[in-house]
Amino acid sequence: MYDFSYHRPKSVADAVGLLKSKPEARAMSGGMTLIPTLKQRLARPSDVVDLGGVKELAGIKVEGNNVVIGGMTRHADVASSAEVKASIPALAYLAGHIGDPQVRNRGTMGGSVANNDPAADYPGAVVALNATVTTNTGKHAADSFFKGLFETALADGELITSISFPKAEKAAYMKFPNPASRYAMVGVFVAKTASGVRVAVTGAGACVFRVKAMEDALAKNFTSAAIKDIKIPADGLNSDIHGSAEYRAHLVGVMARRAVDAANK
Amino acid sequence: MTISVAMTVNGKAVSGKVEARTLLVQFLREHLGMTGTHVGCDTSQCGACVVHVDGKSVKSCTILAVQAEGSKVTTIEGLAASPDKLHPMQEAFRENHALQCGFCTPGMVMSAIDMVKRHNYQLDEATVRRELEGNLCRCTGYHNIVKAILAAAPAMKSAGV
Repeated sequence: MYDFSYHRPKSVADAVGLLKSKPEARAMSGGMTLIPTLKQRLARPSDVVDLGGVKELAGIKVEGNNVVIGGMTRHADVASSAEVKASIPALAYLAGHIGDPQVRNRGTMGGSVANNDPAADYPGAVVALNATVTTNTGKHAADSFFKGLFETALADGELITSISFPKAEKAAYMKFPNPASRYAMVGVFVAKTASGVRVAVTGAGACVFRVKAMEDALAKNFTSAAIKDIKIPADGLNSDIHGSAEYRAHLVGVMARRAVDAANK
Repeated sequence: MTISVAMTVNGKAVSGKVEARTLLVQFLREHLGMTGTHVGCDTSQCGACVVHVDGKSVKSCTILAVQAEGSKVTTIEGLAASPDKLHPMQEAFRENHALQCGFCTPGMVMSAIDMVKRHNYQLDEATVRRELEGNLCRCTGYHNIVKAILAAAPAMKSAGV
């Protein structure tokens, strides 16, 4: 790891000020991706701005029909939260299946969503539940937030302060984890909310995406039988030592059907 | 960048000067000379480096020493009540022959204690196996490790630790 200057601001305003004053600075939330990246010298920030001291960023609250989760809330806290379990159990399940217990004790929702790893779990929940990502400068709708491989709508110096998830009538997340890393080879989040049925796929492509054909079929008939004949084209899906694009395309169908069955339980 | 860092390790106040990039495990091993915490993979997969920071198990190879500023850190060296009285989890590992080469053991024990507490001293075999996913034993001695953790849960409860 190359050395860097370390900062531990106490407020969002101070953190943003630091990020804006140092063009090569990087924000760090849980560090579960950033520290391994620094160790491999895949990044060389001049400054690391640790958000661990910004208390206003962590916490979970229910506001009307939404569960609002602070950007610095750890996966373990989402997984064990009584509010999340009661309102959106699928989201608690998802958080409880990221990485391993030690990673869940450090990793944060905001960090995961901002990083937008193609195999990350949270983007599936954000898109399927039609969540709203709130930052220090404004709000982003889920559909316009994730732009591509490790790319989001966040501008330089823009930090995720919280994410607001509408409660779901029915929802479930099913993933096929890589047996070694626990990253999603394919993960499918299916949700039926006030804004309709959404099916969001993570792990399979460069970035989370929706499957319109499944959404339309499930809107008419929310059963796994309704989507059993829908084939996902392998074109453009990820292909690597862990699985071919065709394999992942097949897994999307399997995970989607399992998710619908789980949501109906 | 050199930074002064201070924290509590196994109940004792410690401090030192570190680089921003110094990992917590390096601070423990190289600055404090506490080599009970092991470095296995150095890529946050194997769990040999697990310690508790403010009561929660973390991989000390993937947290900076400066991030633990002001925290209470517990390592394998801080578990036994006295030199002749092991922690119930350590005792259960000994009783159940839950170690072969012993390299993964410090991390296994630290993860196991956090696991028992998180599940309020109530564990079944499937839960133990699932919750051990962040710790690798390359002797593949999992069977006895699982037995030891299941035995330690009630022992920890009755010992009040």
